[in-house]
Amino acid sequence: MSETGKIIFDTASRIFEDLSTAEVINAAENGQWPEALWQAIVESGLTLTWISEEAGGVGADMLDGFAVLKAAGGAAVPVPLAETMMAGWLQAKAGLPVGSEPMSVVIGGLHWDGEVLNGSVTGIPHGRNVKNLVVILDSEEGAIALCCKADDVAVRPVAGLSGEPWDTLEFKGVKPDQLGALQDGVDEAAAQALGALIRCAQASGAMAQALELTIQYSMERVQFGRPLAKFQALQHSIAAFAGQVAAINAATDSAAETLARNNRVDNDTWVEIAAAKTRLEEAVNEGAAVAHQVHGAMGFTYEHQLHHLTRRLWSWRDEYGSDAVWSVRLGDEVLKWGAEALWPKITAVSNPR
Amino acid sequence: MSVTRFRFPFVEMPEAAIALREEVRQFLAEERENGGFVPMADCWASAMSPEYSRKVGQRGWLGMTWDKKYGGHGRTFLERYVVTEEMLVAGAPVMAHWIADRQSGPQIIKHAQPHVRDKVIPRIVAGECFCAIGMSEPNSGSDLASVATKAEKVDGGWRVNGTKLWSTGAHGCDYMITLLRTSPPDEKARHEGLSQFIIDLKSPGVSIRGIADIGGQVHFNETQFEDVFVPDDYVLGEVGGGWKMVVGELALERSGPERFLSSFIVLQEAMRLLVNDPSEKTRQVLGEIVAKIKTLRRMSLGIAGLLEEGASPEMEAALVKDGATLFERELLEKLRAILPQHVLASSSGLLPAVLRDGILRVPSSTLRGGTNEVLKGMIARQLGMR
Repeated sequence: MSETGKIIFDTASRIFEDLSTAEVINAAENGQWPEALWQAIVESGLTLTWISEEAGGVGADMLDGFAVLKAAGGAAVPVPLAETMMAGWLQAKAGLPVGSEPMSVVIGGLHWDGEVLNGSVTGIPHGRNVKNLVVILDSEEGAIALCCKADDVAVRPVAGLSGEPWDTLEFKGVKPDQLGALQDGVDEAAAQALGALIRCAQASGAMAQALELTIQYSMERVQFGRPLAKFQALQHSIAAFAGQVAAINAATDSAAETLARNNRVDNDTWVEIAAAKTRLEEAVNEGAAVAHQVHGAMGFTYEHQLHHLTRRLWSWRDEYGSDAVWSVRLGDEVLKWGAEALWPKITAVSNPR
Repeated sequence: MSVTRFRFPFVEMPEAAIALREEVRQFLAEERENGGFVPMADCWASAMSPEYSRKVGQRGWLGMTWDKKYGGHGRTFLERYVVTEEMLVAGAPVMAHWIADRQSGPQIIKHAQPHVRDKVIPRIVAGECFCAIGMSEPNSGSDLASVATKAEKVDGGWRVNGTKLWSTGAHGCDYMITLLRTSPPDEKARHEGLSQFIIDLKSPGVSIRGIADIGGQVHFNETQFEDVFVPDDYVLGEVGGGWKMVVGELALERSGPERFLSSFIVLQEAMRLLVNDPSEKTRQVLGEIVAKIKTLRRMSLGIAGLLEEGASPEMEAALVKDGATLFERELLEKLRAILPQHVLASSSGLLPAVLRDGILRVPSSTLRGGTNEVLKGMIARQLGMR
């Protein structure tokens, strides 16, 4: 991590620790916007981590942004930081000015007639909480980004598994403020992939934090006269959980590094992301199950903080495509390689040229 | 950028390793074409060919990371990694030299008497001397500290009596690096009183009996020692220091590519069939398999990178071995499920052979080098739970 990166990461971690508390997260689920947390995030420039200095950003490495997202996942931050970072990266790729107000992204699913947007989209993260929406569309003239005011869009509130807004948005003749042609091959599929990788990063952090809570609890909770940690059955479950945490972090790092290096979602990056998002599902399934099993009934209560992590994990494994979606796409790609190119393709990642 | 307690850093292959990979691929293609070998599943533990190993030695691909002053090639861990993974993927008959190249050689360089080292190492590097591991015994599997095979001090050396078990490839090896009890067991200090010896398997009193595995193949052995004399200078390291050495040796062998690439040849051959009109399930399975291989390779390579830096990532290596060996079973189970049944019923062709062998060798992947249960216990200890 670069010096700048370290400063950004430490700042982010401090803000999350102080302001993304269990009370704040629960209050956010009940509809109370965590203004203090959001303000601290904006003032420290975290929303601009992926924006170059020329475009008004902080000049950090893209990987620093992914480290922030891991920390945000571990802290279950109940604000659209990831969505705003993603929207900003897409705005920059379309040559548009990047805002710091809360934003979310809509990928496809709308009709653009050259003047206005029409249609309805579901599952938009933080739809009701954002000021602006960045819409990514593959049009006949190529992929474009359109920025709209959220106030011009009708919101039907829906809660996701995580309790965070996962809203349905109705666009009825919405006229965008700004529009730009996307560069560097960014299109709907690329935006989808970026979203998938962002969820992998958040989930990597949340998995790591859930593991820490689980280890901690296993050493504190005494039953049959000894801590849970001393029972071999639980040692083995938790060791397997650790393996899943290690795997999803490694898969995510690999994809994030490829994206940072290539600065676009080219085929290599896409394959890396497809592998990471495919790998996420088993990691979440196994990890969340062990976390809850070890925490017992205590961890099943709303009062306990574990659900802030596990509910998000269950949501993130599906957002931007589940294993069922990504593994089939990756499988198609692998079949295109064929038997002879399979191994050379797998080894190519360590020879980035 | 990792924010967790596990580190698997990105490793960029140096130019030398990239060029080397092409060289190895060409060598393998030529060998296969000339009938030098028929690809085998689990080749590092099932395909023994001294002729092939000699050729590998002649190419300079054994003892690659060992210091030149001892006869090694002074190359990087990453270059060795490239050679080993290419050989595994090709299903090449690497078994004869595998153990010597992976763990016995480094132990001998580190702990053997100089004249013994100078006698053995150049021959290993040439692919003319092979080693077996003598750890397990009839009554000592996972509980290695309970070994009972004894070495008693006699004039000028040691007299060895007892039985070692599961010593893969011993029937074709020159030496066995053997863990022996050199003083009586003490329940309060179970890890003391053990020493490692380099035993010449041609010595009088050594008898090796092959043991057939569930597929009827003989890859591992029972090795009996009856009043076998081992000279003093063939003690490896200090008398009584065997346990520490064994632990280090096991850590070395844990996270290599052989833990998840043993059956890659099955995947590659299956692909030739599966490209025709693949079902959705086939596409999903292939995607999941490749996602896992890529992830495991990233982790395993990350550890090679850490070793290169001189770190000893024990927890990470244990995590890789656990995940990788479980994947080996999953790979074959999933492939079997998407392949037409007639493949296993067919008596000819490469795919039926490697699929059958691969399936029958699966149970060994989560046993060899320490069971996954023992590994998980180690991971729990590293996590602070024990």
